[in-house]
Amino acid sequence: MADTASRSPGAEALRRGATGPSGPKPRHMLSRRNIFLYGTLIVVALYYLLPLYVMIVTSLKGMPEIRLGNIFSPPMEITFEPWVKAWATACTGLNCDGLSRGFWNSVRITVPSVLLSIAIASVNGYALANWRFKGADTFFIILIVGAFIPYQVMIYPIVIILREIGIYGSLTGLVIVHSIFGMPILTLLFRNYFTSMPEELFRAARVDGAGFWGIYLRIMLPMSLPIFVVAIILQVTGIWNDFLFGVVYTRPDTYPMTVQLNNIVNSVQGVKEYNVNMAATILTGLVPLIVYFVSGKLFVRGIAAGAVKG
Amino acid sequence: MSNSERPNQLFRNLNAKIASIPMILTALVVFVGGTAWTVLYSFTNSKLLPRLNFVGLDQYHRLWSTSRWLVSIENLLIYGVISLVFSLVIGFLLAALLDQKIRFEDTFRTIFLYPFALSFIVTGLVWQWLLNPDFGVQRVVRDLGWTSFSFDPLYNSSIVIYGISIAALWQGTGLIMCLMLAGLRGIDEDIWKAARVDGIPAWKTYLFIIIPMMRPVFITTLVIIAAGIVKVYDLVVAQTSGGPGIASEVPAKYVYDYMFFAQNLGQGFAASTMMLLSVVIVIVPWAYLEFGGKKRG
Repeated sequence: MADTASRSPGAEALRRGATGPSGPKPRHMLSRRNIFLYGTLIVVALYYLLPLYVMIVTSLKGMPEIRLGNIFSPPMEITFEPWVKAWATACTGLNCDGLSRGFWNSVRITVPSVLLSIAIASVNGYALANWRFKGADTFFIILIVGAFIPYQVMIYPIVIILREIGIYGSLTGLVIVHSIFGMPILTLLFRNYFTSMPEELFRAARVDGAGFWGIYLRIMLPMSLPIFVVAIILQVTGIWNDFLFGVVYTRPDTYPMTVQLNNIVNSVQGVKEYNVNMAATILTGLVPLIVYFVSGKLFVRGIAAGAVKG
Repeated sequence: MSNSERPNQLFRNLNAKIASIPMILTALVVFVGGTAWTVLYSFTNSKLLPRLNFVGLDQYHRLWSTSRWLVSIENLLIYGVISLVFSLVIGFLLAALLDQKIRFEDTFRTIFLYPFALSFIVTGLVWQWLLNPDFGVQRVVRDLGWTSFSFDPLYNSSIVIYGISIAALWQGTGLIMCLMLAGLRGIDEDIWKAARVDGIPAWKTYLFIIIPMMRPVFITTLVIIAAGIVKVYDLVVAQTSGGPGIASEVPAKYVYDYMFFAQNLGQGFAASTMMLLSVVIVIVPWAYLEFGGKKRG
């Protein structure tokens, strides 16, 4: 709207006359308003980028340089040794095979958790949107309200349930836990999406004799790929970044990457190797960062939906 | 609505019911059952194993006379107020700046939001390093010549919670900014035009017209921030492990430590029930405001 308006010179002149420097799209880049605006934004942006920068430069320095120098200065001699050490030989307790173990654990946790939680929630949202049965909304409301219950309240009962089934401490158990706690937000996401799809489509398929699964697989699924992508982004970052469930429901040899990272960095034994710590920290943050930078606007959509999860 | 014209509900909907089994189980067994279970057992003297040996409110009396819990609550309040005020103010200001039809808007937004993609563990560890008094900001400023400069929030028990808040704000403000920006974009352009025609300065327009119009956005954001505050756990674990001493303990950590380290389940249950109570106090008025009047599916 505003663009078309400002293209007409009359309106532009009028608006500039009326409001002085606070009008839209001033012609001069170096107006006082712009210097203030971009100046503030750049300063804030630098503040936000600073920790990432410090992480990277610290991870590329040797320990002697870290002890002498300042954390903001770029490395004089770039070394990748901290990265190798963080990945392959850093110690947590008795294990000295580095973060790679945690990385692969996280992969083995994240992939099935994402698939399972999305499969359950999408079918569920579809049932809630198109095949409502009596009482369905009651369960749905409980589910949504449940999303606000602090996890700490439900942690222990789940420990007991998993122990009874015999999967406490295994990756399977953790995958189920992630699917349970991902359910509220994902179900909401899918339900709202499927509700917004044209009803005629669904009815036409019904007339043609398609059933519950037929409509889901052949019509709903192919037409809702964007929302699946949003859900995948949401779940991959959420599950990868999880710490609490990882530390409660797994054992040291199945710890996810975040838990192992924390153990490496905050271990009290031995000399602190800050460069290795920072390399390990970047490695752990890399997966969600890549997801973030690749997905762009979809990520924003995902978090706007998933923010409730906290 | 459209369901009414469909034939034979019970049989036709069997598949939908089967598909909803995970939801029903989660809602009933985990959310309702689990919560009720924890609340019930918070009235027992369970130690290593949960036992139904009721002791009334004993666990709560002990909880509220434990200094570690009191410190946790105090920290949560300080952290909560800082998070609420600063993330709302900074988030809104950044959103307002980005809403000025600037160039490189996407770049700036990407930069402000990227910390949100990182876990609290990563966030906590980076800021632990930045705030390290021997190598971090304090050392850098001292090297510049100001030798008496002191900035060691993570090692000073009276200000440690502020050090944690700095990291939390760095991580979370981008999200608030995004929500606010979406709210600002939802405001009709004509409102701005009308305000300009009337000669109202921009800051006044924001303060007296735009912000009141964004009330629903603010309320939603408030609930999101509040829900996040109560859950704060990993950040503290990564950044300070609750230290120095017990100076940066938080309720969620209290619960975890008592359940899984101190083998004092009853205390853990009582503490988690208190957490639940605090969420209820926040959520119920909001839900009432939001959904009380009108009924939506």
